[in-house]
Amino acid sequence: MSVGISDLPEYKLRAEEIKKIDGIIQKYKRQRGALIPVLQKIQEYIGFIPVEAQKIVAKALQIPEKDVYGVVTFYSFFSMIPGGRINIRVCMGTACFVRGGKNILEKLVKELGIEPGQTTPDRNFSLQVNRCLGACGLAPVIVVNDKFYQKVNPEKVMDIINSYKI
Amino acid sequence: MDKKPFKIKTRDDLLNIKEETRRKRVLDSKGTRYRITVHLGTCGIAAGADKIRELVRKEISSRARRDIDFTTSGCIGFCALEPMLTVESYNMPPVIYYNLDRDKVKEFFKTHIDNGEIATKLDPITPDSGLSNYFKYQESRVLRNRGKIDPLKIEDYIANDGYLALAKTIEGSNPEEVIKTVSESGLRGRGGAGFPTGRKWEFCRNALSKNGIKYVICNGDEGDPGAFMDRNLLESDPHSVLEGMLIAAYSIGSNKGYLYIRAEYPLAVKTIEHAIRQAKNLGLIGKNILSSNFSFDMEVYQGAGAFVCGEETALLSSIEGKRGMPRPKPPFPANEGLYGEPTLINNVETLSNIPRIILNGAKWFNSIGTDTSKGTKIFALTGAIKNIGLVEIPMGTSIRDIVFKIGGGIKEEKKFKAVQLGGPSGGCIPEKLLDTPIDYERIKEIGGIMGSGGMIVLDEDTCMVELSRYFMSFIQEESCGQCVPCRIGTKRMLEILERVTGGKGKEDDIEKLEKLSSVIKETSLCGLGKTAPNPIISSLKYFREEFEEHIRTQKSCKRLHAKVKKI
Repeated sequence: MSVGISDLPEYKLRAEEIKKIDGIIQKYKRQRGALIPVLQKIQEYIGFIPVEAQKIVAKALQIPEKDVYGVVTFYSFFSMIPGGRINIRVCMGTACFVRGGKNILEKLVKELGIEPGQTTPDRNFSLQVNRCLGACGLAPVIVVNDKFYQKVNPEKVMDIINSYKI
Repeated sequence: MDKKPFKIKTRDDLLNIKEETRRKRVLDSKGTRYRITVHLGTCGIAAGADKIRELVRKEISSRARRDIDFTTSGCIGFCALEPMLTVESYNMPPVIYYNLDRDKVKEFFKTHIDNGEIATKLDPITPDSGLSNYFKYQESRVLRNRGKIDPLKIEDYIANDGYLALAKTIEGSNPEEVIKTVSESGLRGRGGAGFPTGRKWEFCRNALSKNGIKYVICNGDEGDPGAFMDRNLLESDPHSVLEGMLIAAYSIGSNKGYLYIRAEYPLAVKTIEHAIRQAKNLGLIGKNILSSNFSFDMEVYQGAGAFVCGEETALLSSIEGKRGMPRPKPPFPANEGLYGEPTLINNVETLSNIPRIILNGAKWFNSIGTDTSKGTKIFALTGAIKNIGLVEIPMGTSIRDIVFKIGGGIKEEKKFKAVQLGGPSGGCIPEKLLDTPIDYERIKEIGGIMGSGGMIVLDEDTCMVELSRYFMSFIQEESCGQCVPCRIGTKRMLEILERVTGGKGKEDDIEKLEKLSSVIKETSLCGLGKTAPNPIISSLKYFREEFEEHIRTQKSCKRLHAKVKKI
């Protein structure tokens, strides 16, 4: 799903976030190819990469803003949308797909009312389609907040989600 | 080891560590009688191996016995049976207990550890049990250390002849000799394309560098869905990859290396970073390795989620901090690679093959295999198969043997339909071609590719049109977008396939798919585009009637395969 800049929610960086971003930049700035590691660390810290943060990175690393944006939108691990408290990733590798991953995804889309790549308006849930996690022996797999669930089916999946308290 | 930082300076230092570690690991009736190893790869942990480790720990501490050694290792490669543990005993061959839970762990301790008998109730894997066929038909060369070493302990790797190939290289041979051995072995790139490794090394050695810099890159961007051989090697035997890289670097004259690992593999990144730190502490990575003039430094570069970055020139762009866009070749990376310097890029499995080739010689390596494909290949055997896992087989083994002898046949007594080889760049092999041997050329002839090693078994419930649509949507998502045939051509193919699987296919759709396939194949810039139509071409060749049926009946997948629940 593609997201235009104008669709993005406004996000004002807090003072401590700006400080943290500066710290990350200082750490990597002298190394070649610093942009991607810097973005990874920012995403790890804030949970996504707001445009404001991209501007700071662009200035500090002396890379045009459009190139920073280009990199953020190119790689699937970078997101410009805040994630939900409960982040659900559905593996869509071939093994998971042929063992029913698609049905699990359809069920989640229906129940949560969001498409992959989106977050519910109350920011409780976000849904992602994941590229192969390499855990094919457990197919189909979903990952909720970094915890793996194996041999999931559409009936079981909502029990898993509901076991998380918001 | 003592408090002064100890550095390994010679081959003898390695041999000493090897002997000492082995001595500590000996099992006998007087000292340590049992060693329990819980296998902790990504799959194992996801299946609950962490909990099993804690249960085992508790059982041991509740017993106040001093004859049990407890350790962990990486994956043993039998994913279907996770979580599992191996127990070695002073008086019998190793036994594997699997699909463990609390009760099974208790039963195992009661019978095997307390009474000294195999807990037959749990139907474990012993040399004579049926499940041992899974291992019997395999040839563990690259996976030789699977389940046997703790990936977090460098001394475990050294105890199994680790870094001796590096010592042999540095102390005993010149770079040309090493390259000659690799060339003579017949090793070809295990990432899929099958380029002769020795020749790649030679190109890179002969390449001129303007600034005297050359790079070695390990391509660990294992993006093919359904393939996890490289993840397993990085997680379970990281030093074998590092040793391969060091030997490659020595041969081509490089001092700096990167391991590019995809973002989806956090445990692999963690393990390999730990391994690099250990090797640095012991002086096996760094300045003047093994008292020679050879210095080499390496670091991990984590991908950010883009399939195309497995293509070597896209990978280079990514390390440089840019969008992962492939570049036209030539110039090849061997001449102009990372930051314009000569760069050797090898796949994880390829590098992991190197140490044994150096230690045992080219003849040992190429004594198995076919005329053009030597040695072994690891496959990730998954899908509708009973014994899901990682299998390493000699080249030349038939696909049928892998599926039925090692894989144990199809789950739930369903009928076999096809094997998907090579992911989004490969194709589906039907039943009538199952006797084809694993060999780069032979597989290509029948419309597949060796690929990196994903082997997904499909049963009768799989709709081949829907699977074609799946691969095309994957490619469409992952196309980097810089060349028109790939960006727009795959979009048009996807639209057609969506139409057909949605029950709205048009009469000339098959013809259109074929036409688009041949244009995209011939005119795309990089490997991703050139191979993108492969899954559709092979499915049209072997399962054409399924496409025709969808179009003729104007039924969607849901209606046409109403009885089939899966897809």
